[in-house]
Amino acid sequence: MSIIKFTKDHEWIKLDGEVATVGITDYAQQQLGDVVFVELPEVGRNVVAGKEAAVVESVKAASEVYAPVAGDVVEVNEALADDPALVNRDPQGEGWFVKLRIENQGDLDDLLDEAAYKEYCEGLH
Amino acid sequence: MNTQGRKTHIDTLGVEGGNAASAAAGTISGNRALMLEEPLIFEQDSPGTTGVDLPEPPTFKPRLGKVRERGTIGLPGLSEPEVIRHYTRLSQKNFAIDSGLYPLGSCTMKHNPRLNEKLARLPGLSDIHPMQPERTVQGALELIDTLAHWLKTLTGMPAVAMSPAAGAHGELCGMAAIRAAIEDRDGSTSHRRRVLVPESAHGTNPATAAACGFTVDAIPADATGRVDLEALKAKLGDDVAAIMLTNPNTCGLFERDIIEIADAVHKAGAFFYCDGANFNAIVGRVRPADLGIDAMHINLHKTFSTPHGGGGPGSGPVVLSEALAKFVPLPYVVHGEDGFSLVESGEDDQANGKEFGRLKGFHGQMGMFVRALAYILSHGADGLRQVASDAVLNANYVMASLKDVMTASFEGPCMHEALFDDRFLKGTGVTTLDFAKAMIDEGYHPMTMYFPLVVHGAFLIEPTETESKQSLDAFIRVMRGLAERARSGDAEHFLGAPRMTPRRRLDETGAARKPVLRWVPEVSQAEAAE
Repeated sequence: MSIIKFTKDHEWIKLDGEVATVGITDYAQQQLGDVVFVELPEVGRNVVAGKEAAVVESVKAASEVYAPVAGDVVEVNEALADDPALVNRDPQGEGWFVKLRIENQGDLDDLLDEAAYKEYCEGLH
Repeated sequence: MNTQGRKTHIDTLGVEGGNAASAAAGTISGNRALMLEEPLIFEQDSPGTTGVDLPEPPTFKPRLGKVRERGTIGLPGLSEPEVIRHYTRLSQKNFAIDSGLYPLGSCTMKHNPRLNEKLARLPGLSDIHPMQPERTVQGALELIDTLAHWLKTLTGMPAVAMSPAAGAHGELCGMAAIRAAIEDRDGSTSHRRRVLVPESAHGTNPATAAACGFTVDAIPADATGRVDLEALKAKLGDDVAAIMLTNPNTCGLFERDIIEIADAVHKAGAFFYCDGANFNAIVGRVRPADLGIDAMHINLHKTFSTPHGGGGPGSGPVVLSEALAKFVPLPYVVHGEDGFSLVESGEDDQANGKEFGRLKGFHGQMGMFVRALAYILSHGADGLRQVASDAVLNANYVMASLKDVMTASFEGPCMHEALFDDRFLKGTGVTTLDFAKAMIDEGYHPMTMYFPLVVHGAFLIEPTETESKQSLDAFIRVMRGLAERARSGDAEHFLGAPRMTPRRRLDETGAARKPVLRWVPEVSQAEAAE
């Protein structure tokens, strides 16, 4: 059974066993518009919670993608290099960014669950 | 989404009809009245055609050693009238401040007085060369010195670096001077490496800091759209090198706490860089030195009316405080007993030895110096003061005339630009981008949009002081009409805009994802396909 959590910066993180997959939410991709480039970290890099893990560039703006929790990058989504539009088409599936071996599973408890994130987005704009 | 981007082959000439351009225009030619379809000059190649008939070259023996010409250079063949028409038509497609209102926020697209142009074309100023002996260009050096004097007087600063070529280059100059000053004071191993930049800053600010080897730390804005003073103070420490602040800021607001900010920054041992892009709003009214600023670039191509936006080049002199004055870049003009001369090296007799280096081959954008000085002298100190007042008045007129139909992001009054966000479009299905496209159909160049990032779907309108009330009223009428149209439920009007341009919406995503940066002859395309 996987756990999915969200941040107020519009990242999602899904934990399966020890490895968590991270991406940006559907709300985030809608706000960004068509994604044209994604810059991913090197595999093996340690990322810090709340600090930059990747950069996503759209026709409107370039934005940082923050690591929801701390961990080591074990895999990045190579498919985004050729087809950054995956982020728009399937942000919470094929359009994932990185996989992390997270340091402390308890860190996930501080993030928003799906209902809380939905409520948060409705309050925006 | 557009599906009719230019095809790079000859049928855009429309001779056969039936192509995308003619279908869109509904004409046989693809032209819309006198708005002409213009192919690339390479697509108009008629091999063997030239403007001038030259005799066949005599036989000669190449003296290039082993270097051999491997192919033709591929210049297109056209007659003189064809070339003239091509470039004239291209120039007619350009929208410029000479064509109409150009309300790009943070760009200060104001009228470029023709007097500036007349003076810049005087042969004694336009036909000189930077390598000429100094004694033959005393007038030009005096002109640079006089302009420098005005810039120092208007800002209250003791020194100015004239060579930076544009705003971002000026930032580079200012931050390099700050870095040199820190290393001079604390040693080259100084751990002051953090630069504080507000969230609403121009993108060039963090980029400059990073280019100078600093790390960037964002300062949040408060609810009034200004720097959160307490958050700033909390971020100050002995690893902070500088703050980079724009005043008035990119929300069109004056940073009221600026003196307190400067004091706190100086107390922490850091320097205060001010982005002077918006100096137009305060020129002649506020002296940056009195605000505690250590370095500030001045965009001559904004505040001092020299051309920009394709008509440049830009020019971004940087005024420096006493603490930074000796870290100026080379070369610079000095005035001695024998007249004016340029200090070209830190070893020169008149150098102070602390100069951080050279930013540019020569002394700066001479043509822009002439124009800027012409502007300053024709306005005078009182005229410049009125420039700032009128720029602020015009922006507030726009703000006051639109705030009941659009949503102003912050409480007014504003400075030189009026900032709206897209709350007034909520639920209409129309975005800021769609609204901007509909403005084009109305004959207006859109304002800056989606910047600053601190508000949602930003509309940043800077009318400048050179627009008349009639011009502003016409613009306001269009903006009100469009806002009311969007709110009345006519989203279709916006989603389909622009309708009357030579091309409809361009495939910006395709252009960014798969840019075609080079024209390829049709023959090569055919070969490649085989």
